[in-house]
Amino acid sequence: MNNVLLIDFGSTYTKITAVDIDSETILGTARGITTVTTDIMDGLNQALEELFQKTGKLEFCKVLGCSSAAGGLKMVAVGLVPELTAEAAKRAALGAGAKILGVFGNELSEYEIEEITNLQPDIILLAGGTDGGNKEVILHNAKLLKDLGRDVPFVVAGNKSVTPTVVKILSETMSEVRHTENVMPKLNELNILPARETIREVFLKKIVEAKGLNRANNFVNKMVMPTPAAVLTAAELLSTGGPHEPGLGDLMVVDIGGATTDVYSIAKGEPTKTNVAVRGLPEPFAKRTVEGDLGMRYSAGALLKAAGAKLIAEYAEVSEDEVADYADRVSGDIEYLPQNELEEKVEGAMGRACTSVSADRHVGQLETVYTLFGSAFVQVGKDLTAVKTVVGTGGVIINNLKPEEILKGIMFEQSAPHILKPQEPEYFIDSDYILASMGLLGGEYPDLAVRIMKKYIMRRE
Amino acid sequence: MENKVKVILGVIGADCHAVGNKILNHAITAAGFEVANLGVLVPQEEFVNAAIETNAKAILVASLYGHGEIDCRGLRERCRETGIGDILLYVGGNLVVGKTDFAEVEKKFIDMGYDKVYAPGTLPDQVINDLKNDLVKRGLMSE
Repeated sequence: MNNVLLIDFGSTYTKITAVDIDSETILGTARGITTVTTDIMDGLNQALEELFQKTGKLEFCKVLGCSSAAGGLKMVAVGLVPELTAEAAKRAALGAGAKILGVFGNELSEYEIEEITNLQPDIILLAGGTDGGNKEVILHNAKLLKDLGRDVPFVVAGNKSVTPTVVKILSETMSEVRHTENVMPKLNELNILPARETIREVFLKKIVEAKGLNRANNFVNKMVMPTPAAVLTAAELLSTGGPHEPGLGDLMVVDIGGATTDVYSIAKGEPTKTNVAVRGLPEPFAKRTVEGDLGMRYSAGALLKAAGAKLIAEYAEVSEDEVADYADRVSGDIEYLPQNELEEKVEGAMGRACTSVSADRHVGQLETVYTLFGSAFVQVGKDLTAVKTVVGTGGVIINNLKPEEILKGIMFEQSAPHILKPQEPEYFIDSDYILASMGLLGGEYPDLAVRIMKKYIMRRE
Repeated sequence: MENKVKVILGVIGADCHAVGNKILNHAITAAGFEVANLGVLVPQEEFVNAAIETNAKAILVASLYGHGEIDCRGLRERCRETGIGDILLYVGGNLVVGKTDFAEVEKKFIDMGYDKVYAPGTLPDQVINDLKNDLVKRGLMSE
């Protein structure tokens, strides 16, 4: 038997998936409670016990892990112009699966250095200047950052002309300083993959150890990446396919949690209409955005502010007061689950609002410009109107009785035609919660991972 | 490659005349500059951001649809505000509507802080020559 075990060390649960790679089936999934304060092996053993109860005792030829435990990978991104290298640095960090604590641009001040110290990032990504472009700002920032007072791993991905100097300055006080290609080598040319890979390497080398995840090393062959990076990898695979297994083409993934909503899109997002000029920073083919104010529990209050109680009340067909009451209750008691029909309606409507607002922010926008020759359009961001496949994952969507209702928030709205959301989406649910696992499996067996995803991630009408 | 002088090129405002922009891009690149071409429909802010990030020595603004005066006003101030107040600013095209005396137009744009103002029909070679001369004068380029 050729069994592979895939582990996702989360902040509350350790989720495991056992796959038989010969028959290409999922043998079972299980979860245990993560206890970062004690030993992460506890949660894993608990999950294994549960799994073996279902499947009988299994032997594994390979064990792969990803992690979002202990708050995940927390990062600060620093660049020069907020819309250019600072934004590029942010996207590189998001693509690496990080949680962004802050994005800083221009010459840093002592106050900002203090702020960065207080944010306690796991890694700092330092960019600034195109290759051969501005040198002064990244040098200035390196000189200030070296006196953070904490030993923080750095990834330097700025103007290559001064990279050696920047590394030298930071290395005076920091023990781990890696450098890689510029996140923006030329103006408006996005190059985030090298930085993304370097961040993941640092994560594996330093962070896994710092967070006590290495205690699982005897059991796990390879701790591969942060969980969101595994989900991004899986989404990319499902879209583009493996070497011999075709994918589903352009797609989006929505993952709603208690605190945040993640949206992924795998698509070029080029204009679908004529007479459209594309502006702004080029978009990554595999793009991830995270909304810290859209969530079902910790962020329920913020969600109400962002989406408006009115919208949620309309979705649920209840009064605004009832929405506010429920949001109050669940943000106070994060373990709370809907107890009656009304609460179920509001819960679903909140999910739909998370989807809708996070998608609004993820997709591109079209602006009409009136010229002497009639109207023209300017597109900023990705045009995802033609995307058909929309996958829902994460506990909130999977455990809901009508997950497709939550995903409906992704749909293009006639009342806001400038927001380029999918016009004819088809909804798929990751009901066995295998996306992150398949991202891990895909590193070794891409075709197999694609086939399993196509088999287990089901379409909902 | 990185030793080439960088310049920012684009058509400002709500103007989408793309042909001249492509010709200028081609000619200035061929003359040995590294051109960051922002294309058409470019807001002032983007010219400035691009110049900061690339450490460009000049911003070359085109406007052909007659609203140049409104679109171009304030660019020098914006540069000063963001720390690149000394950058060379050139502008050219059909800057105003109708048959206005060009000397008048030129004065207006010089007063707005532009270093060079070009009349309709100017050839790229003249712009390139001026650019080289200005950069040599400032010690930003060797002869």
